[in-house]
Amino acid sequence: MERVEFISERSVINRETGLREENMMLNMGPQHPATHGVLRVVLYLDGEMVVKAVPYIGYLHRGIEKLCEHITYQQCLPYTDRMDYLASICNNIGYILAVEKLLGIEDEIPERAKTAEVILFELGRIESHLVGIGTNALDLGAMSAFLYCFKERERIYEILETVCGARLTTSYPRVGGLPLDLPDDFEEKVWNFLKIFPKTLTEVDKLLTRNRIWIDRTKGVAFISGEDAVDLGLTGPTLRGSGVPYDVRKAMPYLGYENYDFEVPVATDGDTYSRYLCRLEEMHQSLKIIEQALKNLPDGPYAADLPDVVLPEKQLTYTRMESLIRHFVLVYEGFKPPAGEVQHAVENPKGELSYYLVSDGSGIPYRMRVRGPSFVNMQALPQIVQGSLVADVIAAIGSLDIVLGEIDR
Amino acid sequence: MSFDLASAIETLEGSFPGSITGTVEYRGETTVLVDKKDIAGICRTLKESFGFTFLAELTAVDYLEVKTPRFEMVYYLHRFGPEYDENVRIKLKAAVTEDDPKIDSVTPVWKGADWLEREVYDMFGIEFTGHPDPRRILMPEDYGPFPLRKDFDVRNREASKLSFEKALDQDAE
Repeated sequence: MERVEFISERSVINRETGLREENMMLNMGPQHPATHGVLRVVLYLDGEMVVKAVPYIGYLHRGIEKLCEHITYQQCLPYTDRMDYLASICNNIGYILAVEKLLGIEDEIPERAKTAEVILFELGRIESHLVGIGTNALDLGAMSAFLYCFKERERIYEILETVCGARLTTSYPRVGGLPLDLPDDFEEKVWNFLKIFPKTLTEVDKLLTRNRIWIDRTKGVAFISGEDAVDLGLTGPTLRGSGVPYDVRKAMPYLGYENYDFEVPVATDGDTYSRYLCRLEEMHQSLKIIEQALKNLPDGPYAADLPDVVLPEKQLTYTRMESLIRHFVLVYEGFKPPAGEVQHAVENPKGELSYYLVSDGSGIPYRMRVRGPSFVNMQALPQIVQGSLVADVIAAIGSLDIVLGEIDR
Repeated sequence: MSFDLASAIETLEGSFPGSITGTVEYRGETTVLVDKKDIAGICRTLKESFGFTFLAELTAVDYLEVKTPRFEMVYYLHRFGPEYDENVRIKLKAAVTEDDPKIDSVTPVWKGADWLEREVYDMFGIEFTGHPDPRRILMPEDYGPFPLRKDFDVRNREASKLSFEKALDQDAE
């Protein structure tokens, strides 16, 4: 902003001519294909240059936190799908883990359930990063990378469909383990995916990483320093792209992540390109984790032996009176965690997702709070686009990899 | 050398006498109960002297007819360790009364508190003294009640209707 003297968002004084100039106010969204949902950003422009960007959110607000104060703990699960719908399985598992921590039953979850959850969690991460990279490339005009990504994402949806019957809104694991054992062809399908997927990853890598146009459009765009990123509370690839190696899976391990051999990719430039590299490498690491988990997927029970929490098997509900009563009580009243409050954080594809649950000893949560990574990451937008071109705002939004369902909740 | 949380809390008690009213351990989480008048100072000390550079969570809970004072602010602060197993997370809780729902903003300490505090204002009506941009964030700006308060009636559509009609009138003009 050297050419002009800044007075307010709307007006500046041209230093050469001494004349007052008006900035243009441009409304981007709420309906705009590059805002990944209903996001409105008001841009104050000096020619092509962004003087100030003000995001307005809340168009998709459904009051999930309020709704969850009226229903049992199990009934909250489907609402968590509808936050980050690109990785709904990760939201589900995060919520389940928080409730298990509140109940104090983490140690009783069988290994089979935990390992299966790790596999599904990492599949969710790959799925979300594919959309993240794909749409970021699409917004900048690279159609083919987007198509390659979406082709692979379909395979993950097929796996999820065999596991739980749903593609997008999975609502899959239950408190205490899995609702049903994994299907027989689950392992085979995931092995197939592990065989095919690296090829596509290489293709995307070849299409973008050394692509001159992609580098020109992303290198140095939407820069944020590591210090600023921590100060703003950014997490996920957005933080690691700025050189801060914080990953919840390593820092506060859950689901036995401390037993898996994987690395946390970090890039140091803090720009869109760095964040892209982080996401790409994270998919490689996820594959590594899935492979280890699949090799060690134990047989045995898939749900904890906790009659107070876990529903009885369907067959028993149909045939035995006691199981039917238990089923009825669990569905009608829900399990009752002791009064207390916990927070549980997981490393969602987009960053740290944490649930803060307050129980008053009854069957419904007294307070259920979601700290979504997109919500906090979105705060960085005004800072990273200031002084850049309008076209780079689209690259910036894509590289923050936001989902409005989670921002607005 | 791992981080000694207990001594950090002791040091805090020394620098803010009377403001630390207790500590609670529950399910592996350490909670420090603090007085709301010193919240910004305590946060600044924790950030600058003890390295809690990351604000992991900021929210509130409404304990209508369960507890007095009615509101409780909840802060989760995170400290990155040099090694992964040296990460420390600590929780601060500060009570806020119903008659005076105000607390000092921590945005000067962490820029990231900005939207989180706006959300708490939007949902609970707790005002943050010194916040740079104290607007509602998720609900419409002219919306009256605060939805996450326990006495908010979910079935009452009056407030939404009013702000919707107002928006329609503006469009007509």
